[in-house]
Amino acid sequence: MRHLLSAADLDRDEVTAILDQAEEMSQVQSRPVKKLPALRGRTVVNLFFEDSTRTRSSFELAGKWLSADVINVSAKGSSVSKGESLRDTVQTIAAMGVDALVIRHHASGAPLQTTQWIDAHVVNAGDGTHEHPTQSLLDAFTMRRHFRSLGDDSFVGKRVLIVGDITHSRVARSNVLLLQTLGAEVTLVAPPTLLPSGVGSWPVSVNTDFDAALPTADVVMMLRVQKERMSGGYFPTPREYTVGYGLTRDRLATMPEHAVICHPGPMNRGLEISADAADGAASRILDQVAAGVAVRMSVLYQLLGGDEDK
Amino acid sequence: MDPTDHGVDPGTPGHEGRVVLNEAEISRAVTRMAHQILEADHDAALVLLGIPTRGVPLAHRLATAMEQADGRTVPVGALDITLYRDDLREQPTRPVGRTVLPTGIDGATVILVDDVLYSGRTIRAALDALGDLGRPRAVRLAVLVDRGHRELPIRADHVGKNLPTSSTETVRVRLAETDDVTEVRISKGDHA
Repeated sequence: MRHLLSAADLDRDEVTAILDQAEEMSQVQSRPVKKLPALRGRTVVNLFFEDSTRTRSSFELAGKWLSADVINVSAKGSSVSKGESLRDTVQTIAAMGVDALVIRHHASGAPLQTTQWIDAHVVNAGDGTHEHPTQSLLDAFTMRRHFRSLGDDSFVGKRVLIVGDITHSRVARSNVLLLQTLGAEVTLVAPPTLLPSGVGSWPVSVNTDFDAALPTADVVMMLRVQKERMSGGYFPTPREYTVGYGLTRDRLATMPEHAVICHPGPMNRGLEISADAADGAASRILDQVAAGVAVRMSVLYQLLGGDEDK
Repeated sequence: MDPTDHGVDPGTPGHEGRVVLNEAEISRAVTRMAHQILEADHDAALVLLGIPTRGVPLAHRLATAMEQADGRTVPVGALDITLYRDDLREQPTRPVGRTVLPTGIDGATVILVDDVLYSGRTIRAALDALGDLGRPRAVRLAVLVDRGHRELPIRADHVGKNLPTSSTETVRVRLAETDDVTEVRISKGDHA
């Protein structure tokens, strides 16, 4: 594996290998010494053009726990705010001798573009409304642990609802691709205004009625309502959104007992998800955060752990 | 035991060369090592940690032999050393194996178990890995075969068989738990 740009880059065996490896990596979280020497002497740069708490800090911890040297560059406070182009920024950082570049950018396709300018390994940490592959891997990791606890860790035939703003969600796109690879059945639930054009060609079913879809779910993935991408007109009021598509206390009662709730964060409590759902027994939201470090360790190790030319 | 097992069989791949330990001999070696371990550290809290792949079933065999010898149940685990290897960058990314600690190792006497002791680099990595998991009172090393050619100042405490080899030869341990047969085979060249 040279880069990780899209969840579609991975076949089922590769996904399984990354998740299995992440299971081993996750042990380090409970050890007295949270350090593995595998990436000693490697350098990872987190280049973030958008705000992030969990993705940036979990990539940073993942790199550090594997003994890589990690630095963070964010657009604010860097030469980007002086008008430097993406290409110049990326090439400047690469010129310092970087082994991997973890990039988040508001433009879809920026990570792919970056691979044409530099030799380092590139990891897409979220590009515009396009993809967020490591998020889909940590979601799959969390779901697989849940399925395993029920006695069968296969994704085949499992129904995953992805609920909310599909149009602007890179999390939804990467999850659709990865879950298809793993054999799960994905149902997108959203008001018609938040379904992307062309969704008919995606390998999913679509339902605009959350109440009808919910009782069939094995996993309910709630997406954040992205206020910063909303130029208005997608739904009349936040209140109406909650009534139609929020995971409210009343809806929670109709969810199957074995089902679990995921949310990529950050949450808008009271808008797309109620406190009862976010903090209840079915919530796996904090497990997702913990999984994020393990999965990103696994990805960094996969990219940097060996020498693929040998 | 069947003396013809010691003959040269250049036939099927993986079955080249000659058998230096057959199933019965391996069983006797394991039993002897189990007794030696119990005698050397009879007062200690023992933990057997096998190094994957074949160190793990060997550790289980040692535990069974120790239980038969004096009724003592010794916890068995696995210590994967992949992330501690010094040659990670000399080949494509290696898959990570499983580390399982059956109990805490602080203050215990850890017996590292591996199939073949050769350069000593695996054991160096295992000692580093152990250091990140806790602080054992002592660490011992038990190997089924010591074939020499050390590259580091490391030696085994308990050895099933000392096997003088040339560095161009290949020593393969197979155990029924992971392979189709139980035997140790030595062959010319690097076709393992």
